[in-house]
Amino acid sequence: MIRQSWWKLLSFVLLMYVCSMGFIVKVPLLDGRLQQSVRNLFFHVPMWICMMTLFSVSVYYAVRFLRNPQTNYDLYSVEFARTGLLFGFLGITTGAIWANYQWGEPWSGDPKQNGAAIALLIYFAYFVLRGSMNDTDKRSRISAVYNVFAYCMLFPTIWILPRLTESLHPGGRGSEGNPGLNPDDTTAAMKTVMIPAFIGWTLLGIWIASLRVRLRIYQENKTSNG
Amino acid sequence: MDKLKRIGFVIAFSLLQVFAFAQEMNTTKEDPTDFMRSNGKLYVVVAVIVTIVAGLFIYLLNLDRKISRLEKDMKQKA
Repeated sequence: MIRQSWWKLLSFVLLMYVCSMGFIVKVPLLDGRLQQSVRNLFFHVPMWICMMTLFSVSVYYAVRFLRNPQTNYDLYSVEFARTGLLFGFLGITTGAIWANYQWGEPWSGDPKQNGAAIALLIYFAYFVLRGSMNDTDKRSRISAVYNVFAYCMLFPTIWILPRLTESLHPGGRGSEGNPGLNPDDTTAAMKTVMIPAFIGWTLLGIWIASLRVRLRIYQENKTSNG
Repeated sequence: MDKLKRIGFVIAFSLLQVFAFAQEMNTTKEDPTDFMRSNGKLYVVVAVIVTIVAGLFIYLLNLDRKISRLEKDMKQKA
C-alpha cells in the first residue's frame, strides 16, 4: 500500500483543487465576523485532522509492537508520531496567526488552544523519553507504552474538555457542537472544498511519514547487514 | 563560494520585491483588464499557492523515487 502511487496522485489532485477552489468558492458573510478568513477552514482545520490520523496510525503500530515486538512496527510508530507532531505544530501556529486577527491576540488561553498545546507537549515528551534511552529494546517497549498513554490523553485534551467549557472556537456554547467546526457557518459549497481538503492534507501527511519510515527501515537494514 | 553565491541570489531576489512594490506604487489605480487582475488581484495569490504546493509535491516525488532506488539496490545486493 505505501509503495503504490494512486493515493499520492489523489492527494496532489485534491490539494491542487483545494488550493485554487479554496480561494474562489463563495463563502457566507456571517455578520462580518470572519469575513474571508473563514477560508482558513480549508488550511488550518485539516492540519488537525491530519495530526489525529497520523497519531492514530502511530498508536496502532505501538499496540502491534507490544503484541509482537518487531523493529519495523516501532519505526512506523515513531515516524508517524513525528510527522503528526509536525502537523500539530503547523496547526497551532496557523491557529495563532488566525486568532491574532480574529480574537485580537495570538494566544488568548482559550480552552481549545490550551488543550491542543497540552496534547502536543505530551507528544514532545514521547521524543524526550525515546532520546533518553540507549537500549533499543527497552526504548521501543517503553515508548510504545507511552505512545498508548499519549494517545489516550488526546481524548480529554482535544475532544472532551474543549466541548465542556465556553470557548472562542466554534461550538463553544457549553457542551454543544464540535470543537473545530460550526455547522451553522459551513455551507454546502464550502463542504465541497472542506472534505477534499481533509482527505488531501491527510494523505500528504501519510506520504511524508511513509517516506521517513522507508528511510528508517533502509538505514536499519543497512546497519544490520553491513 | 557556493554559500556566497546563494546569499547573493537571496539578496538579488529580495531586491526584485522592491521593484515590484515600486511598480505597484506607480499604478495604484488600474482597471482590471483580465482574470488574474480581477477581484483585487486575488488570483495572483492563488497562483502563488498552487505553485508552492505543486513544488512541494514534485520535491516529495523526487524523494520517493530516490528512496525506492535505494531499496531496490539493497534488494539486489541481498
